Amino acid sequence: MKKSIRICSALVICLAVLYLLQALLVPKYMLTSQEGALIGEYYANAGGNDVVFVGDCEVYENFSPITLWEEYGITSYIRGSAQQTIWQSYYIMEETFRYETPDVMVFNVLSMKYDTPASTGRGSQREAYNRMTLDTMRWSSSKWNAILASMTEEEKEKESMFTYLFPILRYHDRIGQLTKEDLQYWLHRDEISVNGYLMQTGVKPYTNPYVEKPLVDYSFGENSWYYLNKMVELCEKNGTQLVLIKAPSLSPVWWEQWDDQIVEFAAEHDLLYINMLNYQEEIGIDWQTDTYDAGLHLNVYGAEKASRWFGKILVEECGISDRRGEADVAAVWQEKINKYNAQKEQKKQ
Amino acid sequence: MQLTSFSFLLFAGGLLILYYLVPRKLQWPLLLIASTVFYLCGGVENVFYILFTGAVTYGATRIIEKNQGKFDKKTAKKKNRVWVILTACLVFGLLAVCKVRFTFQNILLPLGLSFYMFQSVGYVLDVHRGTVKAEKNPLKHLLFVSYFPQLVQGPISKYGNLAPQLFAHHPYDGKQVAFGLQRMLWGFFKKMVIADRIAVAVVALKGPQYTGLSFFVLTVFYAIQIYGDFTGGIDIVIGLSEAFGIRLTENFVRPFFSKNIAEYWRRWHISLGEWMKDYIFYPISISSPMRKLSKSARKKWPNFGKRIPVYAASFATWFCTGIWHGITPNFILWGMMNCVVIVASEELTPLYEKFHNRFHLKEKKWYACFEMLRMFMLMNLIRIVDLFPNVGEYFRRMGTMFTSFSVPFMKLGLTGLDYGILLGGIVLMFAVSLFQEKKGSVREALLKQNAALRYTLIFLLFLAVLLLGSYGIGYDAGNFIYNQF
Amino acid sequence: MDKLIAILSDLHPDVDFETETGLIDNGILDSFDVVTIVAEVDDTFDVQIPAEELIPDNFNSAESLYALIQRLA
Repeated sequence: MKKSIRICSALVICLAVLYLLQALLVPKYMLTSQEGALIGEYYANAGGNDVVFVGDCEVYENFSPITLWEEYGITSYIRGSAQQTIWQSYYIMEETFRYETPDVMVFNVLSMKYDTPASTGRGSQREAYNRMTLDTMRWSSSKWNAILASMTEEEKEKESMFTYLFPILRYHDRIGQLTKEDLQYWLHRDEISVNGYLMQTGVKPYTNPYVEKPLVDYSFGENSWYYLNKMVELCEKNGTQLVLIKAPSLSPVWWEQWDDQIVEFAAEHDLLYINMLNYQEEIGIDWQTDTYDAGLHLNVYGAEKASRWFGKILVEECGISDRRGEADVAAVWQEKINKYNAQKEQKKQ
Repeated sequence: MQLTSFSFLLFAGGLLILYYLVPRKLQWPLLLIASTVFYLCGGVENVFYILFTGAVTYGATRIIEKNQGKFDKKTAKKKNRVWVILTACLVFGLLAVCKVRFTFQNILLPLGLSFYMFQSVGYVLDVHRGTVKAEKNPLKHLLFVSYFPQLVQGPISKYGNLAPQLFAHHPYDGKQVAFGLQRMLWGFFKKMVIADRIAVAVVALKGPQYTGLSFFVLTVFYAIQIYGDFTGGIDIVIGLSEAFGIRLTENFVRPFFSKNIAEYWRRWHISLGEWMKDYIFYPISISSPMRKLSKSARKKWPNFGKRIPVYAASFATWFCTGIWHGITPNFILWGMMNCVVIVASEELTPLYEKFHNRFHLKEKKWYACFEMLRMFMLMNLIRIVDLFPNVGEYFRRMGTMFTSFSVPFMKLGLTGLDYGILLGGIVLMFAVSLFQEKKGSVREALLKQNAALRYTLIFLLFLAVLLLGSYGIGYDAGNFIYNQF
Repeated sequence: MDKLIAILSDLHPDVDFETETGLIDNGILDSFDVVTIVAEVDDTFDVQIPAEELIPDNFNSAESLYALIQRLA
């Protein structure tokens, strides 16, 4: 009896040490590479969102849920992450349905251009971006499948599934590169986004048009279509309207030939597809003041404009109702507004 | 499955648990199944080679034993000799084909090929010599051929030593399992923290721009890498096997403490050396043509003539050992250099002895250290030829060794921290070796300490492997900065 | 037996072959010595030791070696 107690306590101590070490070694995504924290911030805000955005940086930088609330009383959350691929978007949607069933699921179609998780060739994926999307996701079959779908050849060769299960195996050699950030956020995290929106307040005007080499073949890959079809099915099954958008970012180039394919697909499946690049004037984007990186993403001023414009569509085309009258909801959102405004003030300086 | 892969750990761990849960008489069939799975994981074609080897050697031993029962000793020997030669030709013929395809067509060598082929041909010879009885059960025979732990890095076991243990019943023995796992952990440390880390610098130093003293550094780094990799791998293999209750033969006994080349080769890759000695060196050196040759030569040169058989046999042995490692000229040169050093040291023995006696060097401690260091560096110089398939390049580099004395340590892909870890690891490895050399088993000594201290040390070693091991995709902060769009 | 001791002492004058029982295990005799012994035994006793008898057990002491010679004679 005494022996088993000793063994158990030794085991507990070992596991605790391992847990603490792992917590110390994983990237924190708090002060640097903040994009990596976004996916994990959803869980504290899950439930009660009428609209959920899914996609890459073109969603988490170009839309502001606060504006949607303030202008239209729409509750929304953005589940975006850096270079989120379509297979990741699909599994994130699938996971979202475990927590809530929104009226509308918005998907940004830019990631249709990447067909495979190959680490070389056109649209090559980086292992680090897989990490930034998947590391903070909670464990479920969706995460498991998302990892399987996302691994690059190198990851497969190095048996990375184990390293997703035990991230210390992935980040063990950060032991020589630890920073103050790692100590400061050893055991806790701050919420850095407001409902998935990562605010940028800087201004860097757009000057030179983005020129990309024309492609030999504009048709989207089989894998991309496969996941887009699965998204349609998934939303249908859950009674949620799927809305496809192309956010108003100027680069990477969204080719007309690509647009045509999505238009055709949307018509076929009776989906709403909005290419916001076609409505820049109506939205009122001023590329001299509304972007923080010369047209790649909108800053907070641009995002507010885009949201104001897009909210109207959500109300008119999708029939999302105004919830500002619900006192408990309004109270929660008032807190978010306060945080948003505080961030805006702080980031301006 | 590599020894240091996650799947191998999972596989070995699962197997170990199962091994002590199944009824004892099912332990060896379980090992056979596990070995088969292990091979299948490396590709279906692996199984073909092992089945072929198993079938040929099984058939041969059955026939040999039948002949031994049917005829008198002399006739049986004569008849069986044909079968032995045929078996060796078939098995080594296939090995040769695979090695040629590997060298010239870049086709991967089937897993563990040369290890199990040598082991099973050795067994056929043992049956022929009458030192062991042939195995009747083909499945047991197959397990002897394919026992998976030793197929990645050896050792080459003798049937008389391995087989009885494979088929014995092994009740759970906590100490044995714990010792096995501890030895595995130590192996992982040597392989992952030291060998795999220094490997980066070895690859860099191979670059043609590194001449002068850098070449000397390369020989030392390569020695450390190979030592960590080989002995670490063997520790993992022997440790795992020990956890199953099966003691494999030791393959390395702290070879860098050797004072002369003969001793070195008794302590480095022992099982291969034994194989070569038993089946090539002795049979050649004591064969009747050799004796006759020696007798006639002795009339002319009484002393040298005596040694003709051993020199001829050494030559053959080292040629074979060279080819075993690879069929490119550098490996043959490697074998020949070993042979030359052995013969030279044998011829010079009287001279050395005079010198030693004159200055009473044998009793002096510093002289023993000097001898070890001399041996270490000599073997480093010979070993490094492994890395130079172009033999001319090897001599060119060696020629420049004392022409320039700057070594760009910080440009070899290792950071200051890496060097620090390496230094610590090497010091630890050296301390452990010294302890083993002077006092014996480190694990036994640890067992005498109190449990808390023991487990803390083991846990620290585990953490060292976990945190400092070179494995996985290295962390580069730059990759994590989202800078595309 | 004396003849055998003489052969052995010729190889390593500094070893006490009457008492030593770890000639191979302690690394006193190496494989070159073993081959020399086999040749000398052939010359002196007219006994041919075959390769399969070249195992440590037979060479670890003068006594065991002598037993081997008698067995083969």
